[in-house]
Amino acid sequence: MNGSSIIFYLLAAMTIGCGVIAVSTRQIFRAAISLLFSLVGVAGIYFWMDYQFIAAVQIVVYVGGIVVLIIFSIFLTQQSGDKLPIQKLGRKLFALLAVFCGFALTIVQVFQHTFTKTTAAPVGVTVRNIGEELIALDKNGYALPFEVVSMLLLAALIGCIVIAMRTTPEQPHEEKEIKRREEIKVIIPKEDKVLIIQEETGGTE
Amino acid sequence: MNIEPGLYHLLFVSTTLFFIGVYGFLTRRNLITMLMSIELILNSVNINFIAFNKYLWANRLDGVMFTVFVIAIAAAEAAVAIAIIINLYRSHLSIDVEKAEEMKY
Repeated sequence: MNGSSIIFYLLAAMTIGCGVIAVSTRQIFRAAISLLFSLVGVAGIYFWMDYQFIAAVQIVVYVGGIVVLIIFSIFLTQQSGDKLPIQKLGRKLFALLAVFCGFALTIVQVFQHTFTKTTAAPVGVTVRNIGEELIALDKNGYALPFEVVSMLLLAALIGCIVIAMRTTPEQPHEEKEIKRREEIKVIIPKEDKVLIIQEETGGTE
Repeated sequence: MNIEPGLYHLLFVSTTLFFIGVYGFLTRRNLITMLMSIELILNSVNINFIAFNKYLWANRLDGVMFTVFVIAIAAAEAAVAIAIIINLYRSHLSIDVEKAEEMKY
C-alpha cells in the first residue's frame, strides 16, 4: 500500500463521509458546508486521476459557484438557528430500504462484470486536446453540443431573471409617489396663507 | 480484488455517492437540501465518466467532454432551481415541499 493508494482512500472517505453528513444533518448550513467538502473530495479524486482540467472546472464551477449560490439562498430563505424538522421514521426506513436494494444490485452487477480495456495508444488529456475536440467539426468533434450548451446557458440566464423578478412592484411604488405629491400640495398653500397673514398683519400694524 | 485503487474502487465510490444522493432526495422535504442531493448524484455520474475514460478508453476524450457538458448543465439547473426556490419563498414564506401543495393542481 503506497502513498498514492492512501491518498485515494482518504479522498474517497472524505467524499463519502461528507456526503453522508450533507444528507443526514438537521442543520441546513452544516449540510451545505459538508456538501462543499464532498465536492472538494471529488475534485481531489480528479486530481488523483491526473485530470487536472476537470478538477479545476469542478472547483471553479461547483465549489466557487453552485455551493456559494446554495449558501446565499440559505441565507435568504432560512431563519438562523432553525433546525430542519424530523422526518417520519417510516419514510426514512422506506428510503433506506430502497437505497440499500439499489446499491446492492448495482454493486453486484458492477463487480460481476469484467471490463475490457482498449489497446489503442492513450491520448494526453491536455487542455489543448480538450479545446480542439470541443470545437472540432469532424466525427469526434463536439461543436454542435458546444453551441447547444451555450444557448442553454443563455436561456437559463434569461429564465432566472424572469422567474426571480418581482411581478407587481409598480402598484405600491406609484401610490407612495402620489401620496408625497399630495403632501407637498397640502403643505405649500398653508405656508402661503401663513405668509400672507403675516404680511397682512404686518401691514395693518 | 486488488488493494491498488483502480476502476472498481472508483465505481464503488461513485455508486455510494449516487445512492447517498438518492437517500437525501427521498427523505428531505426542504427544496434546498433536495437540490444538494441532486448535485451529489450529478457528481457521482461525473466520477463514472472520468473513471471509464481513464481506465477503459484512454485513446478518446469523450468522457471528459461529457463531464464538461454535465457540469455546465448542472450549473444552469442549479441557477434556475434557486430562482424558483426564492420565488416560492416570496409567495409562501416557506420552501418546504409539503407547504407548496397547490402547485400540483
